[in-house]
Amino acid sequence: MEITRRGFLTLTGAVGSGITLSSLGINLIPTKAYAEELNKMNRIKIAKQTTTICCYCSCGCGLICSVDKQTGKIFNIEGDAEHPINEGALCAKGSGFFQMTEANEHRLRKVLYRAPGGTKWEEKDWEWALPRMARLIKDTRDKNFIKTNAKGEVVNRCEAIGHYGSSNVDNEECWLITVMSRTLGLVYIDHQARVCHSPSVGALAESFGRGSMTNHYVDMKNADVILIMGSNMAENHPMGFRWVTKAKERGAKVIHVDPRYTRTSACSDYHVPLRSGTDIAFLGGMINYIIENKKYFNEWVLNYTHASFIAGKDYYFKDGLFSGYDAQKRKYNKDTWVFDKDGRGIPQRDMTLQHPRCVFRLMKEHYSRYTLDKVSSITGVSKENLLKVYEIYSSTGVPDKAGTECYALGWTQHTVGVENIRAMTIVQMLLGNVGIAGGGINAMRGEPNVQGSTDQAILYHILPGYMKQPSASLDTLEKYLTKYTPVSKDPQSANYYQNYPKFFISLLKSFFDDKATKENEFGYNWLPKIDDGKHYSTMHMFDKMYEGKIKGFFCIGADNAVSSPNTGKVRKGLEKLDWLIGENIFDNETYQFWRAPGVDPKKIKTEVFLLPASASMEKEGSISNSGRMVQWKQKACDGPDQCIPVGEITIKIMRAVKELYAKEGGVHAEPILNIYWDYLDRNDCYDALKVAKQMNGRFLKDTVIEDKSKGTKTEFKKGQCVPGFGNLQADGSTCSGNWVHCGSFTADGFNNMAKRGKDDPTGLGLYPNWSWVWPVNRRILYNRASCDVNGKPWDPKRNILEWKGDKWVGDVPDGPWPPMADKEKGKYPFIMQRDGLGAFFGPGMADGPFPEHYEPLEGPLAKNPMSGQLINPAIEIFSSDLDKVARASEEFPYVCTTYSCTEHWCSGALTRWQSWLLEAQPEQYIEIADVLAKEKGIKNGQRVKVSSVRGTVTAVAMVTQRLKPFTIEGKTVHQVGMPFNYGWLFPKNTKDDSANFLTPTVGDANTFCPEYKAFMVNVTKL
Amino acid sequence: MKYMELAKLIDTTKCTACRGCQIACKQWNEMPGLKTKQLGSYQNPPDLQWNTWTLIRFQEYVNKQGKFSWLFRKDGCMHCTDAACMKVCPSGALHHTEFGTVGIKSHLCIGCKECMAACPFDIPRYNDKTDKVYKCDLCVTRLREGQQPACVKSCITGAITIGGKETMIKKAYARAKELGGDANVYGDKFVGGTHVLYVLNEKPEVYDELPKYPTVPFSIVLWKDVLKPFSLLAAGGVLAGSFLHYIIHGPKTPDEDTATKKGGGE
Repeated sequence: MEITRRGFLTLTGAVGSGITLSSLGINLIPTKAYAEELNKMNRIKIAKQTTTICCYCSCGCGLICSVDKQTGKIFNIEGDAEHPINEGALCAKGSGFFQMTEANEHRLRKVLYRAPGGTKWEEKDWEWALPRMARLIKDTRDKNFIKTNAKGEVVNRCEAIGHYGSSNVDNEECWLITVMSRTLGLVYIDHQARVCHSPSVGALAESFGRGSMTNHYVDMKNADVILIMGSNMAENHPMGFRWVTKAKERGAKVIHVDPRYTRTSACSDYHVPLRSGTDIAFLGGMINYIIENKKYFNEWVLNYTHASFIAGKDYYFKDGLFSGYDAQKRKYNKDTWVFDKDGRGIPQRDMTLQHPRCVFRLMKEHYSRYTLDKVSSITGVSKENLLKVYEIYSSTGVPDKAGTECYALGWTQHTVGVENIRAMTIVQMLLGNVGIAGGGINAMRGEPNVQGSTDQAILYHILPGYMKQPSASLDTLEKYLTKYTPVSKDPQSANYYQNYPKFFISLLKSFFDDKATKENEFGYNWLPKIDDGKHYSTMHMFDKMYEGKIKGFFCIGADNAVSSPNTGKVRKGLEKLDWLIGENIFDNETYQFWRAPGVDPKKIKTEVFLLPASASMEKEGSISNSGRMVQWKQKACDGPDQCIPVGEITIKIMRAVKELYAKEGGVHAEPILNIYWDYLDRNDCYDALKVAKQMNGRFLKDTVIEDKSKGTKTEFKKGQCVPGFGNLQADGSTCSGNWVHCGSFTADGFNNMAKRGKDDPTGLGLYPNWSWVWPVNRRILYNRASCDVNGKPWDPKRNILEWKGDKWVGDVPDGPWPPMADKEKGKYPFIMQRDGLGAFFGPGMADGPFPEHYEPLEGPLAKNPMSGQLINPAIEIFSSDLDKVARASEEFPYVCTTYSCTEHWCSGALTRWQSWLLEAQPEQYIEIADVLAKEKGIKNGQRVKVSSVRGTVTAVAMVTQRLKPFTIEGKTVHQVGMPFNYGWLFPKNTKDDSANFLTPTVGDANTFCPEYKAFMVNVTKL
Repeated sequence: MKYMELAKLIDTTKCTACRGCQIACKQWNEMPGLKTKQLGSYQNPPDLQWNTWTLIRFQEYVNKQGKFSWLFRKDGCMHCTDAACMKVCPSGALHHTEFGTVGIKSHLCIGCKECMAACPFDIPRYNDKTDKVYKCDLCVTRLREGQQPACVKSCITGAITIGGKETMIKKAYARAKELGGDANVYGDKFVGGTHVLYVLNEKPEVYDELPKYPTVPFSIVLWKDVLKPFSLLAAGGVLAGSFLHYIIHGPKTPDEDTATKKGGGE
C-alpha cells in the first residue's frame, strides 16, 4: 500500500460523494465498531473541502477545512498537501487551527457594549451599534478637526481619533481600512507592521529599491550557507525552517547567532551567542573581514552597486557622528550626504575604487574600526566564534555559492533596527548574494498579512503601494508629484519610480472614482496632511493618548494593552478615551482595559464597542505572505451568530458616517461624501472580489494601449481589469487601489491569486503558477543581478533567469530590458533605485549613511566602546513622567529581551484562548542562566518578580544552561529573556501580565519600531 | 487493497520540537487540552496523559566532551510486535492491525489497566471519568485511506516519516551512519521489533524515560506465554480427560457409589 501525501481534495474527488458504510464492504463487522473507528475519516470523504491560508506567522502555509455539508460547520482542519510551501505540514499553531473556529466556546458571537462607568459587557446588535458608533465618530471628528496647522498650512486632519490594526485581516479589508481612515482625515494610523518589520521597509528600500523580502521561503533550500541572525526561525517561522532543513540535507551549513540557545540553535550547525543589541558590531566586523580579506565578489560589486560613486567633499564621519548633526534637534542635515555629479547630472564613478571618497573606500575606512578585539568586547562573542562565522559566511562571495540571511524581529526591534538590516545588505552586496537563488535577504515578517497590510499602507507615513503620505508643505498635487518622482539622467537606469504619477493618480481615482477630476487635482487636497518632520506612529499615538489628546480609538485585530511598549503608559492612555471600537474574534486585555488589575471601572467613562468578527477561514479574500505571495483564501463557512468580516464592518461603519454627513453636513465633508464605496453585494454583504479588483485596478474608459517596442495595440473596455501596472495612466483614465497589486487579475477578470499550478520548471522552487506574487509574479527580486552583464547566469546550477538572444527566460525578469552590457537598451538591475544600483551608502536614513554601533537606549554600559555617542543620536526621546530610563544601573543589571514561542503568537490574544496551545505553554516564564539563578538562589519552576524602572511583572523562572553570561568590556553581563505572550485576562486566575510593562517607549530612528529586544531588568524571588 | 507492515521513523536529530505533531494528534483525535502549570520547562503536559497521546520531551544534556545539546524526543506508543499490552488485555481492545501496529478499540476497553502495568515504555494512560485507557493508534483509520498519520503529515522538517518496515529500518541505519558518533537506531532489536523507530544522536540511556533494554515483563511472559498456554493445556487436558472418562467409563451412576457392579463382566 502506498502512503502518499495525497491530499483530501483529490481524495474527495476520486471517491466522490455519497459513500455509505456498506459500500466500503464492512457489513460483516458490527456497525457500531466501525462507526466509531471510521467516523471522522468517513465524514471527511463526504465533506466539502475548502482551502485557506494560515493566519499566523507569514510563512503562508496552506490548510484544508473540511465542512460538514449538513451542518455547514467545520469539523477538521489540517495541512494542504498540495501547497508548495508546507506540503501538508503545520507547526503547533497551524495544527491547532480548528480551535479558532466557532467550536471554540470563547469566540465572540455578539456585538458587545460597555457603557461609561460600566463593570461588564452588555449584548447589543448591529442595528443598535452602527448608528451609535457613526455618531461618536462624526462628533469627535467635527469637534476636533484641524483645517490649518500652526504654520497656516492647510492640513485637513483629525488628530483626536487613532486607528490601530490590522495585519491579521485580508488585503481587501486592509485596503478598506486605509481608505476609510484617510477619508476621515485621520493621521494617527498605524498597526502591527510598525512594531514588526517597519525597519525592513526602510532598510531594504534604501539598499535595493523595494522594502520587502527579496527571495521566498522555498528558495532557502538553494543556499549553501544560511545565517540565521535576528531570528529564532525554527520557533517563530517553523515552516521556513523546513526549507533550511532541505538545504542542510544538500550539505548547507546553518549558523544561528542569538543571545539564547533555542530550538533553532538545536537544529543548526553552530550556535553563536551574542549580547542583544550588538548586531551592528558583529556585522561591522564581518564587513571588515570581507573587505580586508578580499572575499567580496569584485565584478558584482563594480557593476551592480554604487561602490564606485564618489561622495561629496563635505561628507565626513567622526567619533560616532556623521556630518551635519544638530544635537539640539537630534537630527541630521543631510546636505553633505551627496554624490559628485558630472556635467550630465549623472553621479561620477571611479571604477578602480581608489578615489579616497569613493563609496567603497569610505566603507572600508568606516568598518576598519570594527576589529576583532573591539567586536568581541562589545558583543561578548569570542574571537574564535567571530572568525568562524565570518569565514564560513564569506565563502559565499564567489559565483557558484549562495548565502542567504534570515532575520526577523531580533533585528528590527531595536533603536538601530534599520541599520542592523542595512549592515546585512552591505554584506550581501559585497558577496554578490542578491538576486540569486539561495541568496538575498529573507525578512521574515511576523504576521499572516503584515506584508499585505504594509502594502495597503495602514501606516501614517505611506499610502497604498508605498506612495508617500502628503505633508503639509506640499499644498498642490504638482508639488507633491515633483518631490516624489525621482529623476535620473543616466539612460541605463530604469528608475521605475519615474512612473510615480501614474500610480498615485490611479490611487486617488480608486478612492473617489469619477468625483476625482483633473480640475480638483483628483481629490489630492481632500486627503489629510501630516506636518513636515513630525511623526504619528504607535508610540506617538499612545504618547498623545496618555496626554488625553486622543478621544476615540479603533483597535482592530490587535491587543495594544499587551503588545505595545511600556504597557503602564499605554493602559493609562486608554483610560482617557471617550470611545473605543474593537473588532476581533476573541476578547482581550485592550478591550477590557476598564477592568484591568488596579483599575476602578466606575472611574472610566470610555464607551467600548467590541464587534464580533469573522475568522480568517470564514471569509474570502487574499493575504500576502512574507515572500510577497498574495494567496486567495476560500470561505469555509459563515462566522457564528452576529460575526461578519472586518471588511464588512468597515464598509458599514463608513456608510453610516457618510449617511450622517449627507443628512447633516459637517466639517470638511467632501472626502466622505465623495468616497467610492460600492463594495457590498446584493445581499448587503461583503464582496471581497469587488474590492480586490478595485485594488488591482480597472480601466475607467475604453482605452487603447500602444506598445511601441513590440509594435502592438491592445484594446481594453471600460471596467476591465488592468493586467499590469505598465498600463496605468496619469490622466485619470485608470484607477488602481494599489499599483503593486496590478496584474493580480487578468484583463478578463481571472483571479491569478487563486491559481494552484504545481509546475516548477527550474527545479529551484519558483512555482510560477502557484498563486500570484507581486510585483507582476516576479518570484525573486533583482533577479537580473543573478546574471553577469551579458545576461549569463553566474551559476548555471542556479539558473533562475537567462538572457537568450532577445529575451529573458526563467523567472519574470526584474525589468524586461536587456542586460546592461547593451549600452543602448540595457538597464542596471536595481530598477526601483533612482540610480539603478545597489546602495552601500544610504543617505535616506535618519541616523547615518553607514550603519554604526550604538548602545540600546537602556543598556549595561555607560560608554560606547566605538565612539563618544552612547545611544543612537537620531532617535526620538519621549519624556512623559512614565518614560523613565535606567542605563548602566546596578538596580537593573541584566540585559533582557522579549520574544514569542512557537506555541503562542504575539500578544497571545488568539492563542491563549486555545486549550491545545495553552496546555503546551501555560504561563509566562523568564529564562535565566543557571549560574545567575544559583547566585540569586532561584530554583527552576519558582515564581519570580521581573522589574525594570518602568514596571514589574511576575513569571516562572526557567533555569537553563541555554543562557550563558557574557564578558562585555571586561565585566560579566547576564542576559535574560521572556515571552510577551501573556496578559491578565485569560487564562482566568492567571498571576501574570504583559512583559511589556518592562519595555521602554523608544524606537528606531527611522521607523519607530520599538526597542523590545534590549533593555535592563532585575530578577528577584517573590 | 494490499496491506504491508509499516514503521514510523522518528529522526530526533531533525526535530525542532515545534509541537506540531503533539497538537495535530489532538486535533485529529478530538482530544482536549487540559490545564497545566509552567514547571520550568517547555515540556508540557509534563507526561503523556489520556488526552495527550504523543509528547515532545525536552532535555538539556552535556556530553562527556562538555558539548551542550538540547535533546528532543517525541514520546508515544512504540507499536511493538511482542506487545505486552496486547498480551494482558482481557477484552481484545488492544490488537494488532493489518499494518503491524497496535490498535485500540475503545468500546471494548474495560479499564482494567493491566496494559499500563505491562507496557515496558509506560505509554497507556487511564481516564477515570470514562474508565478507559488511551494511547496512540498510529491513525489506523487514516492509514486505511492511504493518508499519513496526523503527526507524520504535520511534521515540518520531515523528522517523522512512515513507510514499509524494512525500508524504514534501512533508512534509519543510513541516517545513523551519516550522523556518526554515538548516533544509533532504536526499536528494531527488542520486543520483536517495534513499528516506531528512532534515530537517536546519543545512546538510549541518555534520554529521559527511554528504557535501554525494553522487554515484555518476565511475569507476563511467564503468565501468558508459559503458564497460560500450560494452563490452557491443563484446562484442555481436564476437559479432554473428563470427556475420555465419559466415553470410557460412562457417566457416574448411583450404583458405583455402593461399589456393586452390575451387568457385564470385565
